[in-house]
Amino acid sequence: MDVINTDIAIVGAGGAGLRAAIEIAEADPKLNVVLISKVYPMRSHTCAAEGGAAGVIKANDSLDYHFNDTVGGGDWLTDQDAVELFVNEIPRELTRMEHWGCPWSREDAGTVAVRPFGGMKVMRTWFAADKTGFHMLHTLFQTTLKYPSIKRLDEHYATDLIVDGGRVQGAVCLEMSTGKLKLVKAKAVIIASGGAGRIFPFTTNGAIKTGDGMAMAYRAGAALKDMEFVQYHPTGLPGSGILLTEGCRGEGGYLLNKDGYRYLQDYDLGPATPEPVLKSMELGPRDRLSQAFWHEQKKGRTAASKWGDVVYLDMRHLGEKLINERLPLVRDLACSYVGTDPVTDLVPVRPVVHYMMGGIHTDIDAATTIDGLYAAGECACVSINGANRLGSNSLGELLVFGARAGRHAVEHIRTTKPAADKLVEKQASDAEQRIKLLFERKGKERVSVLRNELTHSLEDGCGIYRSGDLIQATCDKVSEVRDRYKDVMLEDKSSVFNTDLFQVLELGAMIECAQTVAVSALERKESRGAHQRLDHVERDDVNYLKHTMAFYNPNGDPRIDYLDVVITKSQPAARVYGAAAGGQHI
Amino acid sequence: MSTRTITIEVLRYRPEQDQEPFFQSYTVPCDEDWVVLDALNYIKDELDRTLSYRWSCHMFVCGSCGIVVDGEPKLGCKAFVKDYGDKIRVEPLGNFPIERDLVVVIDDFIEKLESVNPYLIPKEEKSIDDGEYLQTPAQLKAFKQYSMCINCLLCYSACPQYGLDPSFVGPAALALAHRYNMDSRDVGRKAREDVVASHEGIWECSFVGACSQVCPKDVDPAGAIQQTKITSAIDYVTSFLPGGNR
Repeated sequence: MDVINTDIAIVGAGGAGLRAAIEIAEADPKLNVVLISKVYPMRSHTCAAEGGAAGVIKANDSLDYHFNDTVGGGDWLTDQDAVELFVNEIPRELTRMEHWGCPWSREDAGTVAVRPFGGMKVMRTWFAADKTGFHMLHTLFQTTLKYPSIKRLDEHYATDLIVDGGRVQGAVCLEMSTGKLKLVKAKAVIIASGGAGRIFPFTTNGAIKTGDGMAMAYRAGAALKDMEFVQYHPTGLPGSGILLTEGCRGEGGYLLNKDGYRYLQDYDLGPATPEPVLKSMELGPRDRLSQAFWHEQKKGRTAASKWGDVVYLDMRHLGEKLINERLPLVRDLACSYVGTDPVTDLVPVRPVVHYMMGGIHTDIDAATTIDGLYAAGECACVSINGANRLGSNSLGELLVFGARAGRHAVEHIRTTKPAADKLVEKQASDAEQRIKLLFERKGKERVSVLRNELTHSLEDGCGIYRSGDLIQATCDKVSEVRDRYKDVMLEDKSSVFNTDLFQVLELGAMIECAQTVAVSALERKESRGAHQRLDHVERDDVNYLKHTMAFYNPNGDPRIDYLDVVITKSQPAARVYGAAAGGQHI
Repeated sequence: MSTRTITIEVLRYRPEQDQEPFFQSYTVPCDEDWVVLDALNYIKDELDRTLSYRWSCHMFVCGSCGIVVDGEPKLGCKAFVKDYGDKIRVEPLGNFPIERDLVVVIDDFIEKLESVNPYLIPKEEKSIDDGEYLQTPAQLKAFKQYSMCINCLLCYSACPQYGLDPSFVGPAALALAHRYNMDSRDVGRKAREDVVASHEGIWECSFVGACSQVCPKDVDPAGAIQQTKITSAIDYVTSFLPGGNR
């Protein structure tokens, strides 16, 4: 097996991984960084983020407002020390992106423009038309090219973390073009591999979002935290699940039911005013909007389409000029995929799985419980998102905590002595054996069949509204799929770019993530944010103002434990939206 | 939803077992609103686990799924089945070596992208505390179009010059250099000149314009290259004037 020695290995080259790499390179150009990614950096899913990144910059805004919006938006499951630090640091991070060339949309005077976003009290979301994540990703990737200390292993699939002597010692990865296994020995590892939206059948997430890094850390002993909190974005295109940014509503788009009625006013989000009001109506938080769709559907007020039930996004009154300037991708996607032009037509939409609030448990320095292992971005749970993430907080999160992960990994290397590494080679060869076995074994379970059963079961039991019996059925199904996976069939036995092999490995990661989602959901017997139980309809701060911590168990359900939420200055209260929320009028 | 049965002819090549590439046909029941990528996913899941291709976002932004559909470079996620007949021919992008099936080796492009210094080179470093560089909407517009490139490489597949001479830097990398050159915050044109205005750079482009025609994001690399030619020519001429740097 090839061995690569480096100081810090980063798994994942999306926004968080690239930001971490730059931080390390700037902190100490002598440190070697190896950036491992199963795709070329610009393919990472950060590119699909459309709407923007929130950061306080305007005179009418304050850090306290951003803090309160985020804590309330997360239904008080956020750690307030993390949120405070996040809202403090994000404006500088966004400015730094500007200095690196990010083409933020501008005001006439040349200052950075901001747009309204759901659950935010005032306009504070920086944006680059409707391709914010794309521009951030390319800016970050191109900026990494300035630093010779950053070496990339593009199209390398990380399979295992190496942990010895209680400390992370590196990672094993497969070179996709050859099938060769490589051991990357490192003194610190940062996981920045994104979420796991593909465990659901209907998602905005790209094919690569299979939770590989989450599962890798989990199998190595790190806790997956708050995995039951899965965000449905209220406006996905039916059929494909393609995202239409919240920016559509930020710019003033309406959500209509089949009768042309702005139904959100029936769900404590009104009154319906023609001009947008922040924290009201279409600019409410994502959990509440997706839940409102579910109720409309039950009332028979959604419209039937060839793709199933939908509501409508009405942007016609925004005019062609604004749509072309601020929502060009949305127009392209809607015209291409559902044949409706937002300038002249209603666009059919429905809620779609978008984001995992949960992830690898870290502290505010992005450190996991495994010495030398850090995590940042969607794969991590620090937690600033709590029970429901506000739109435009995730692009900021990957910058703030990507940078912190880089900084603290450098610190870790400076302050810790080398540990015993007797088992490193053995663990690497164990990883090799597991893959070899896939090639040698016959196997009878098909990847696509198992994946299909897994994802549909997650939708059935862990959707917008959940209940104990349905979650239990999902838990049972996931266990069954996990058992059958032991007999999974690798049909392609070749070495060169074997995508059958990568899908088999990805499915393994998806199953682990799915099991933590289902079991964590079953154990949380309350309703909070994106986790709504029809059999436990109230929020229960006495018993569940806690983070769920899921620990790996190779032979059964994960072990579940709980960790107190960090509360500093905002005591849990009712979430208030609509007129009473006092949001900015636009 | 209505379906139509379509024959998808895919160019296969597995270097460990195939002497040379060959076409393999698959019969696929396609939904009316499918894209060619959906048909490939159907083949992978239902018919043949050994077919390899790249894809991720399915929304024209990650740039992974560039392929040649009925002779034309396309994103697999933007080639709608309804626009094609009952037989669709799918091949890997042209002008790149085939790694395996529809997967091509793009190392050459990555090296070229890296060679043009594609990052902001400001006149002087500004402290974060001093806030953002001011840039008016008009200044943003001057380069915005050239910042939209998703590196899907359809333009390299379509470029006759890159086909003839692989040392040509090529459309996407030159457009990216132009994107930074045109940015009001940047003064790095000189640093990029060595590559951009070299023999393998802009001067090799014969302005066929195929790159701009196939671009799924309207980046117009041909326009970028033409504009760069003009500025470089002016630079060259003024370098002979009094005070010029020649």
